[in-house]
Amino acid sequence: MSTDPDTPMTRAEVMPAPNAKREAIDRLVAEAEAASYPTAAVFAVRLAVEEALTNAINHGHAELPDEPVELAWRVLPDRIDVEVVDHGPGFDPDGSPDPTLDENLENPAGRGLMLMRAYMTSVEHSPTGNAVKMTYYRPREIA
Amino acid sequence: MDAADSRLRIKDEDGITVVEFIDRNILDEANIQQIGDEISSIIDERDTPRLVVSFANVEHLSSAALGTMITINSKIRQKNGDLRLADIDPQIYEVFVITKLNKLFNIHDSSQEALEVLRA
Repeated sequence: MSTDPDTPMTRAEVMPAPNAKREAIDRLVAEAEAASYPTAAVFAVRLAVEEALTNAINHGHAELPDEPVELAWRVLPDRIDVEVVDHGPGFDPDGSPDPTLDENLENPAGRGLMLMRAYMTSVEHSPTGNAVKMTYYRPREIA
Repeated sequence: MDAADSRLRIKDEDGITVVEFIDRNILDEANIQQIGDEISSIIDERDTPRLVVSFANVEHLSSAALGTMITINSKIRQKNGDLRLADIDPQIYEVFVITKLNKLFNIHDSSQEALEVLRA
């Protein structure tokens, strides 16, 4: 595992097919596990990346069903960087209703972005909403 | 549907249906759709469905899986039935807490506890 923060990211094109998404995430998770990230960290990153890819494929590429979305990642000793890029029309990441409000609890959809923000240390969308950068910082061990 | 293709283990306990997931990761949308369809069929077959869904084998799930559980919950309530969730791993339970879905669902530590409540 490299310690250089400018290490090139691993890139994958993820087709809108169940196996493609799972295989890409499994590769990322395998690197995180090899770097001894704890179970909770792996859980968090897997969930956030799953949600980001689902948003990109289902929403970003709703009108582009045969085009892949782009996934990139970099596992470093202290953090995991992830980027997901789609080529759709974009969206306003701050325009989604709060799914935790009582009136929205029974809505079956609309929790992906919230879970990404809850489980990753940082989540940043591009101005058009087509790209998202997420970072998970390894928790420091308390002596 | 062929029993061999099912994504669930289903058993009847005194008229209460206990459902357990076969998959450790409930992430794949096609599988989630199938799970939803299977549980919907169970609900359709009962006048007043009583259902325990055990998450004993589940290590990962997505928001799509949560959405399916919400839909199932709504369907059961429309039939004046009762849905209980049980055996949820702490990491998965945290997802319910973060999304405040622990307020929507009746969640029990164990299937046994859920069954005792439904039998009472």
